[in-house]
Amino acid sequence: MKNVQKQKRANKSLPFFFRDEFKVSLVIIIISTALLITTFTFDIVPPILNRGIQPATFPKALLVLIIVMTLLIYYLATKNPWKVEKKLPKSFYLTLLSFLIFLVISMTLDFFLAISALSIFVSYCWGEKRIFYLLLVGIIFPVIVFIFFETILGLRFPPGIITNIYYS
Amino acid sequence: MMAPLFSSKLLLVLFFGTLFGLILGVLPGLGPTTGGALILPFTMTLDPLSAIVLLTSIYCAGTYGGAITAVLINTPGTPAAAATCLDGYPLAQKGEAGRALGMATVSSTVGGIFSVIILVFFAPILAQLAYEFGQPEYFALAIFGLTMLASIGEGSPIKNLIAGAFGILISTVGKDFMTSIDRFTFGINELTEGIGFIPVVVGLFAMSEMLTQSTLINQIFNRIALKAIKLPTKEDYKKTWKTILRSSGIGSFIGVLPAEGGTVASLIGYSEAKRFSKNPEEFGKGSIEGIAGAEAANNAATGGAMVPTLALGIPGSATTAVILTGLIIHGVRPGPDLFREQPDFLYGIFGAMLIANILFFIFGFFGAKIFARITLVPNKILWPMIFAVSVCGTYSLNQSIIDVWIMLFFGVLGFFMRRYGFSVVPVIIGLILGELVEGTLRQSLVIFDGNWFMFLTRPIALTFFILSLIALAFPLIRSKKLKRKYD
Repeated sequence: MKNVQKQKRANKSLPFFFRDEFKVSLVIIIISTALLITTFTFDIVPPILNRGIQPATFPKALLVLIIVMTLLIYYLATKNPWKVEKKLPKSFYLTLLSFLIFLVISMTLDFFLAISALSIFVSYCWGEKRIFYLLLVGIIFPVIVFIFFETILGLRFPPGIITNIYYS
Repeated sequence: MMAPLFSSKLLLVLFFGTLFGLILGVLPGLGPTTGGALILPFTMTLDPLSAIVLLTSIYCAGTYGGAITAVLINTPGTPAAAATCLDGYPLAQKGEAGRALGMATVSSTVGGIFSVIILVFFAPILAQLAYEFGQPEYFALAIFGLTMLASIGEGSPIKNLIAGAFGILISTVGKDFMTSIDRFTFGINELTEGIGFIPVVVGLFAMSEMLTQSTLINQIFNRIALKAIKLPTKEDYKKTWKTILRSSGIGSFIGVLPAEGGTVASLIGYSEAKRFSKNPEEFGKGSIEGIAGAEAANNAATGGAMVPTLALGIPGSATTAVILTGLIIHGVRPGPDLFREQPDFLYGIFGAMLIANILFFIFGFFGAKIFARITLVPNKILWPMIFAVSVCGTYSLNQSIIDVWIMLFFGVLGFFMRRYGFSVVPVIIGLILGELVEGTLRQSLVIFDGNWFMFLTRPIALTFFILSLIALAFPLIRSKKLKRKYD
C-alpha cells in the first residue's frame, strides 16, 4: 500500500505529458477518433432496407462512448494519479521482437520455420543455453505439434520451404 | 441424469478434461480460459456433447488447480486462486502445506457440487422465464450483463466499461449481419467475415501472458515441499463448515452474474469468511477458514456461471464465454429451446460437471504432489511450447494466417491493457455479446418504429435498465462508503 502511494506521488511529480494516464488516454482517443472518422465512410442503406438504424450508427455510438469515458478516466486521474509502472526489461522487447521475426519468416519463408525460430529465440533470450532444450522447444516439440494438427485435425499448413518438402 | 455419460468415450473425455484442467490450473499464467480456447479446435473432432463435457471438466478442474500453486509457491495458478494465497501460503510456511491443500480440495469439491445443484434447479427456471423475453428484453439483459461486469469486476469500473465497449466494437468488424455493408474491413477480404473469437481469446490471454512472463524471468519462487495432502480434521470441519456453505452460496450467486466469475467470488467469499469468523486476526497468517472461504466460492462460481450461459446464452465468465463459443460452433444454440428440445444433452453437461468435481477431488487428493512438480517446468521451456500450440490452434480454425496476426496483435494489446489496469475479460464478454446487443437493439427499433422510449413500456426491459443503473451507481456508492469509513 505504501509502495503504491509512493509510486503515485512519483507520478504526480512528472509533467502531465509524461504521465501514463495522459499517454494511455491520448492513444485511446486518437485511435477512437480515427475509427470514428472511418465510420463516416461506411455505405448508407436506403430507408427501405434500413433495419432500425444505419450500419454506421452503432459503432459510432460505441466510439463516442469510449471517447467520453476515456476523458472521464483522465479527469479522475488528475485527482488520483495512476502509479508509475516499472520500466520494461530487455527480455520483454526481445520477446516482442520475436513476434515480428515470426511474422516476417511466416510470410516470406515458412510457417513451421517461423515457429521454430521464435521458440529457439525466446527460449534463448529467457536464459536457456542448453542445446538439448533449445532443440526440444525449437524442433522436437513443433514437429510433434505440426504432425498432430496435420493428422488429427487434417490441417494443411501454408506452403513454405520446409512445409513443401513435408507435403511432397 | 447421468445416463448419457455412461459411455466409455465420454468417461474418457471427462477423465482427460479433468486431468488437463488440473495441469492448466497448476501452471501460473495458464488457466481454464486459455486452456479452453486452445483446446477448442481439437473439439471439432468430437461430437457436441463430448466437446462440451471436455470444456466444462477443464473449467471445473482448472479452477481448483490454481489452489495447488497458490498454497505451494504463493502464486495463484489462476486469478480465481488469488485469495487462496493469502492464507494458503502462510499455512504452508508453517509446515502445514498438506493440511492447507486438503482444506482447499474439500472446500472446492463441496463448492463445486453445491453449484451444480444450483445449476440443475435454476437453469431450467431461468430458461422458462426467458420464454417471456423478446428482442427488447434481450437487449436490456445484455446491457445489464455488461454493466454488472463493469461494476463488480476487478479494477476500475470505467476502464471495465471501456474494455466492454471495445469488445462490442470488435464484434462490429466485417459485414453487417443485417445489411451486408462492410464495416472496419479496410479492404482486407479476410476481415469481411469478422474477427474470430479464438484469435482474440488466445491473444488476450495466452500471448499477453507470454509477454508478462517475459518481464518476470528473473523472479524466483520459493517452493514449499509437499509431503502428502491431508484430509481436514474433525476440528477443521467444525471450524469451517459454515464458511464452506456460505461461500458456496456466495460463489454460486456471483457466478450467475456476468462478471469475472471465480475471481470476484473468491475475494467476496474470503472477506465474508473473515467478517463472520471468531478469529479474524488469524486471516492472512494461515487461517484455515480463509482457505475454505476462498476455495469454496471460486469453485461454486463455475456452476453458477453456467446458469445464464445455458439458459440465456449470456456468459457468466470468460471461461463460460469459451464454452458458449464451443456450443455455437457445434451447432447448439443455448436458451430456452435447448432445455425443451435437448434435455439429454443438458443433463449430460450437469452430470459431467458433477463427476468432474468428484474426479478432481480424487486427482487432487492422490496426485497433488505430482501436479505440484509441474510448477517446476521452467518458463523458458514452457512458453515457447505454448506459443507453438497457440499459433497452430489459432491457424487451424479457418486455416488463415490473418487469424495468427490478429492473435499476436491482441497479445500485445492485452499486455498493455493489463499493464495499465484494463481487464481483458470485458473485451471477451463484449465480443461475444456484441452481436446480441446490436441485433436486438436494431430489431427492437424496427418493432418500436424507431421510438426509443418504447423500451420503457416493457416491464422486464425496464427492470433490467433500472438494475443496470444501480449496477453503475454501485461502485460510486461503495467508494464513497469506503472513503467515509477511512475518514
